[in-house]
Amino acid sequence: MTSETNLDLLDTDPVFQLKGGMLTMTVLELVHLAPQRFAIQLAEKVEQAPNFFQDTPVLISLEKLDDNLDISGLIALLRICRDHGLQPVALRGAEQFRPLAQQASLVLLPPGRNRDKIIEAPEPAPQPVAQQAEVASVSAPQPADTTPTRVITEPVRSGQQVYARGGDLVVLAPVSAGSELLADGHIHVYGPLRGRALAGVRGDTRARIFCQSLEAELVSVAGQYKVAEDLRRQQWKEAVQISLEGDILKIAAL
Amino acid sequence: MAKILVITSGKGGVGKTTTSAAIGTGLALRGYKTVIVDFDVGLRNLDLIMGCERRVVYDFVNLINGDSNLNQTLIKDKRSDNLYILPASQTRDKDALTQEGVQGVLDQLKETFDFIVCDSPAGIEKGAHLAMYFADEAIVVTNPEVSSVRDSDRMLGLLSSKSRRSEQGEKIKEHLLLTRYSPERVENGEMLSVSDVEDILSIPLLGVIPESQAVLKASNQGIPVIMDDKSDAGQAYSDAVERLLGKEVPHRFLEAQKKGLLKRLFGG
Repeated sequence: MTSETNLDLLDTDPVFQLKGGMLTMTVLELVHLAPQRFAIQLAEKVEQAPNFFQDTPVLISLEKLDDNLDISGLIALLRICRDHGLQPVALRGAEQFRPLAQQASLVLLPPGRNRDKIIEAPEPAPQPVAQQAEVASVSAPQPADTTPTRVITEPVRSGQQVYARGGDLVVLAPVSAGSELLADGHIHVYGPLRGRALAGVRGDTRARIFCQSLEAELVSVAGQYKVAEDLRRQQWKEAVQISLEGDILKIAAL
Repeated sequence: MAKILVITSGKGGVGKTTTSAAIGTGLALRGYKTVIVDFDVGLRNLDLIMGCERRVVYDFVNLINGDSNLNQTLIKDKRSDNLYILPASQTRDKDALTQEGVQGVLDQLKETFDFIVCDSPAGIEKGAHLAMYFADEAIVVTNPEVSSVRDSDRMLGLLSSKSRRSEQGEKIKEHLLLTRYSPERVENGEMLSVSDVEDILSIPLLGVIPESQAVLKASNQGIPVIMDDKSDAGQAYSDAVERLLGKEVPHRFLEAQKKGLLKRLFGG
């Protein structure tokens, strides 16, 4: 049977989409090859902000490296990174590093231009690395030296996603059905909350959701969730706070 | 300074083309040099609503590809000297439009026109994206019905994040136009009310167009409904144009008409 005769809708239904995307990523720029010093210095950084480095994807830049790197050196380096919670996903550097990258099952990216910002590990709380979805213009990325709270003043529309990585999220406008709020910390909504709100998405069970009018499609704290069907039974359209008590989501009037 | 106005909705069949024709004509009748651009490549409709389908020679895609020039491609409306139509291509699809091509055409139009009204296709794909990308103001056409409101909300999100103005840190001025509104059905609880929709979308209300037989009649005759100044829909569109130009006009046709004694006796 050829594909011409087999135009079954189910077969032709696309199973994936290719999309372009821009993510903020931590770049680890290696200057010297000194595994022991590297391990000690990395441990110090991680000590300052353990949450920030937990499962964080990093790109290892070799552009400024003035020592020769071989595969055993690279593997040692990757192991140290992974021991500290970092997840190296790619190397960046000249074409000469391609065999090395392939042996280590990493991607080789072409050298970057000089626009990477230096990130100081946050103190004492982790730093927000704002993940920009469609709200790119709604709020500019936080400058590196502010508190981790992300404040949104424009309506969050259907299809938009706002993530406050490493901190709290405050929304001073309506949150439409079909949109999604995510925060590693608390979520505050001062307009009606009609979309989804997920607080403590990286497992912080102390996170809470505060809202002026609960009309959400779904609320979740640290993975425990309730959908609108259950929410409608109590305090619907009222001002509430939602917190986790044991394994149960507790909804209380404000 | 030319203003680019996009008529958009996300959802299909809510009245984008009817609105483009009415608003464009309304602006032209008030003395503004106006062009209505049909971005719905492949599903050309604007020329039918405007009643100029028999005079289409070249189209938007020809113009982008350089097969024709602006003078050859624009169709002058027979009712107003200020009104021109740029028809879409019926034989191509939306991929024939490119961002550079659209920008080039809009830049040319800006030199001669006061208003460029972009009639967006349904959906949020390429055609709709290009129709709204260069806009200064947007009229979001919505029916008082939940799926239409949801799609409009999505569109407003895209306007504030995926347009040229948003990329430059500026805002597109947003207007809500509620169409096919039936006060009787709102009273019976079958339809969302104006305040329900305003509450969800939270953008300023440009106008409410009542559900009307005049719209279908006008479409089939190829006359923009705004020309029918005896009809409620035509008057409501005229009010909306006034508001677009900055005048304050009270909203009409929001209440169900009381049935008179005779109508009550004999039904109606």
